[in-house]
Amino acid sequence: MAIIETHALTKTYGRIPAVRGIDLSIEKGEIFGLLGPNGAGKTTTIGMLCTIVRPSSGSASIAGHDVLKEPAEVRRNVGIVFQDPTLDTILTGRENLELHALLYGVPSVVRGERIKELLELVDLKDRAKDITRTYSGGMRRRLELARGLLHRPAVLFLDEPTLGLDPQTRARIWDYIRKMAQKEQTTIVLTTHYMEEAEQICDRVGIIDHGRIIALGTPEDLKESMGGYMVILRMKEAPLDRIRALPYVSEAKMNDDMVEITMKEAHLHLPDLLSNIRNVECVETRAPTLNDVFIKLTGRDIREEEIEDSGGWVESVARYRQRGR
Amino acid sequence: MDYGRFRKECLGVYAVWWREIKVFQREKSRVVSSIVQPLIWLFLFGSGMGASVSVSGVNYRDYIYPGILAMSVLFGSVFFGLYIVWDRKLDVLKAVLVAPVSRISIFLGKVLGGCTDVTLQILILLLFSFLFASVDPWGIPLALLILFITSIAMVSMGLAIGSFLESLEGFQVIATFVVFPLFFLSGALFPVDDRLPGWLQELVKLNPLTYTVDGVRGALLGVNTFPLYVDLGVITVFAVLMILAGSALFSRMK
Repeated sequence: MAIIETHALTKTYGRIPAVRGIDLSIEKGEIFGLLGPNGAGKTTTIGMLCTIVRPSSGSASIAGHDVLKEPAEVRRNVGIVFQDPTLDTILTGRENLELHALLYGVPSVVRGERIKELLELVDLKDRAKDITRTYSGGMRRRLELARGLLHRPAVLFLDEPTLGLDPQTRARIWDYIRKMAQKEQTTIVLTTHYMEEAEQICDRVGIIDHGRIIALGTPEDLKESMGGYMVILRMKEAPLDRIRALPYVSEAKMNDDMVEITMKEAHLHLPDLLSNIRNVECVETRAPTLNDVFIKLTGRDIREEEIEDSGGWVESVARYRQRGR
Repeated sequence: MDYGRFRKECLGVYAVWWREIKVFQREKSRVVSSIVQPLIWLFLFGSGMGASVSVSGVNYRDYIYPGILAMSVLFGSVFFGLYIVWDRKLDVLKAVLVAPVSRISIFLGKVLGGCTDVTLQILILLLFSFLFASVDPWGIPLALLILFITSIAMVSMGLAIGSFLESLEGFQVIATFVVFPLFFLSGALFPVDDRLPGWLQELVKLNPLTYTVDGVRGALLGVNTFPLYVDLGVITVFAVLMILAGSALFSRMK
């Protein structure tokens, strides 16, 4: 039996729908990624599964316990790492874990041993006696991961576990998550909008947009559904119709001064493709990413929305220049 | 409720209380200022006014000592309760609120934590009682009991208000419209008798803190307006009402 089961799970705020009918079934031991742009409904979905947000309709159960009928049992069975940090920064690392152990009723005989084990797992043993206010962003996240696992939950929810961390720290956090999943045999459900990172860690992903799951499967399957490799040609004007007519091309579209072509067995057909068109300035081939899947399904780039949301013009300029290169 | 569940709720109350004690230990500057402030009142204001005034045959500085103890309980407790606005802003409370512990237990843990803080402060202030010649040391246990019950009431009230305040700006509003009127209308600084204008007398009698001040003054100085059972009765009823209101509001808090 699946450890998480949802049927037509829906949440409406006033008249605004946040989540519109999600059906999910997640198996024990899976690392499942819920991917989508900001505001797609990821956090609301997790909130409903953790009994923080009350569903408007539909149902969900965790480890056989209904989120509406047995919220206390559900809470006991889940660990949560919120998007925003929730450590008690007046307490030390160890005290944060002790507080959590008391709140979750972890038996006193195993409490000390369990805390020690987890502090080792996230490499914070040496800093356990320091007040968490002095921790770096990455250390705080690691401690939160340890805290989420302390009561041996059946499911650990991670809401944007790497948000706001620098790329190096992000990579390390994923390493810890992978290590924890292995060692603790916990089912992990995470949300992120870093598609590349999700690809590497998740057994299965669901892409969510405007409150609906629009694609579900292993990262490999989803990428395969793109219909092959991506070939990007840089050129002023492209004979799009002629390209599309080629038997091995599944899709072609113009983007500024670049043609993005999705094709099967690019390594075999590329010479033929190039012999059909002239004035190509530059060629790039790559395997499709989950981001390409997202663009294909929604017609938008998940990262473009991120720029709009953050309003960071430096980032926008950097991206613009990157694209123009 | 079965025993296992009850035990877990008790652990939850203990956990929240334990956290508050840790915070109390670390925020020493807060503790120091909460003790120095009443001493300033007593020795600067009390001695200054006392130079020209005495009440019911008692030195003015001695006379306001019980009132200043009540003030410390009022300020310490209400601001402790209001502090959850800050906890919520920093998301400290979020991790606690998703634990499998009922809101009532979390509320009670907070109330006990606040009362412990305030009672420890009061104990320190009571150490200074030997400086006040009119204070009867045998009255200290009763005074402490009255102040403790008041603290339960005031922490609950602070938590109740804090549970629906959205921002820290509300702090100032509550201080102006709730905390200061409660203090100045309590008879902490003046006796409640027929010399007061009628409207002021009525307001003072409606204020629960009046009964704390009166009870403590009776215990320590032997000077009181109401009988002890009235003082104890009023503040106990007030404490029960505040616990009920506070736990109801706390349970609904987002």
